[in-house]
Amino acid sequence: MQTPIYLDNHSTTPMDPRVLEAMLPFFGARFGNAASRNHSFGWEAEEAVEKARTQCAEIIGANKKEIVFTSGATESNNLALKGVAEMYAERGNHIITAATEHKAILDACKRLEKQGCKVTYLPVKPDGLVDLDMLREAITDKTILVSVMYANNEIGVIQPMKEIGAICKERGVLLHTDATQAVGKIPVNVLADNIDLLSFTGHKIYGPKGCGVLYVRRKSPRVQLTAQMDGGGHERGMRSGTLNVPGIVGLGEACALCAKEMAGEAERLGALRDRLKDRIFAELDEVYINGTMEHRLPHNLNISFAYVEGESLLMGINDIAVSSGSACTSATLEPSYVLKALGAGDDLAHSSIRFGLGRFTTPEEVDYAAEKIIQVVLKLRELSPLYELVKEGVDLNTIQWAAH
Amino acid sequence: MAYSDKVLDHYNNPRNVGSLDKKDPSVGTGMVGAPECGDVMKLQVKVNPETGIIEDAKFKTFGCGSAIASSSLATEWLKGKNVDEALAIKNTDIVNELALPPVKIHCSVLAEDAIKAAIHDYKVKAGLAEAEEAVHA
Repeated sequence: MQTPIYLDNHSTTPMDPRVLEAMLPFFGARFGNAASRNHSFGWEAEEAVEKARTQCAEIIGANKKEIVFTSGATESNNLALKGVAEMYAERGNHIITAATEHKAILDACKRLEKQGCKVTYLPVKPDGLVDLDMLREAITDKTILVSVMYANNEIGVIQPMKEIGAICKERGVLLHTDATQAVGKIPVNVLADNIDLLSFTGHKIYGPKGCGVLYVRRKSPRVQLTAQMDGGGHERGMRSGTLNVPGIVGLGEACALCAKEMAGEAERLGALRDRLKDRIFAELDEVYINGTMEHRLPHNLNISFAYVEGESLLMGINDIAVSSGSACTSATLEPSYVLKALGAGDDLAHSSIRFGLGRFTTPEEVDYAAEKIIQVVLKLRELSPLYELVKEGVDLNTIQWAAH
Repeated sequence: MAYSDKVLDHYNNPRNVGSLDKKDPSVGTGMVGAPECGDVMKLQVKVNPETGIIEDAKFKTFGCGSAIASSSLATEWLKGKNVDEALAIKNTDIVNELALPPVKIHCSVLAEDAIKAAIHDYKVKAGLAEAEEAVHA
């Protein structure tokens, strides 16, 4: 076993060597522009892109004509929200999303608000899931789009997409989902779930960075988007720009591998994740899981280690790559807004660690990580005045803290 | 973020971790910060009432590595100083010694506040100060 150990697969994943192998020729002899229609260099590139388009469509149950290649999920999310808001402006100006969405959704919504859109940010329940009744009530005759992420990037909870899709269809509202963390990890089907627009990206599924997909439904309903970039009219006019052929080939291959291996991989990672959780819970008191375990990505675990601050914990486990919801680890000096949205309290957000297991995670690595974390938490609790107070029987809520 | 060697040293080998008996009249206790802000420091001094010299100092800190290092360093510096010398310790001294980056300056401020709060608590117990002068972080 080699250190450092990578358990931050929600952030990005290492490329699968099989993906890299598929991509390499397109950095070399097969360098053509997929839009060149009149010579073999272009035809070869186009053929490779179309194969990848099919692979990307198949993993979400779509038709290949519904796949728009982008630079990644951030662009896909921006294109979906802004493209729909602009195209359907005459029909309405109201968008519904959730408080725990990725910044690529929330910040795109904030910009749309400045341009006159109304946005409802649905709170989530303590388990991290959207309340379907609140969603129903939030839809008005001005609502044009609902955007709810398939699975959360911090806490891994899987939203009830089928139910959300049914509500949107019944009310005649378009549904977009940021499925960046879900595609390739759990079965996703745009037809079964009535999804109209869906974003995902290559680098979360052992493919390359800089290449993503926006699925745009073509039938019942035919979704239209206003392009957000002007140019050669590539991708059915929705996203201009010369196609990133090597990236697209890699993305397609990554989808094909996930489609083939997803079931076994989910089972293996779910068992490893539970092993990590069980070890930690067997050795430590006052640890809390953030978000529901029932509806959760198999490779995700998000735990708050009460009375231990996240950054100091990361410092102690510096040969294990994970991330924390602690303010000290973020650029904004604010603790995770996702954990805050669960109502857990800032103190638990500061104490949280996100584990993201992946295709190349081994049982030895999980065992090593569990032992190391237990050891460091015990050490830091020896150092923690809060843990000491709690052990003395003091209720921390009764202390008047001097916030600074 | 890269940590300085001194921060790492204090984090890996924190000095003077522990607690003194807060009911002891010669012990002053300062607790500053708040859990929801991500750092709480408890710093205690044991003062010789005859000489005014700090004979022992202990800390416990919930916070990032820089907060732990700041309070660990503070206890090291406090031992052997008299009460007035202790009050002269400035957060900038801690920043310089630990080479803290700008985003971690609040950790040193918290440590200075903890020193002041602990000394004040001792002074109140010893009848040298009024309780309402309490130092707030």
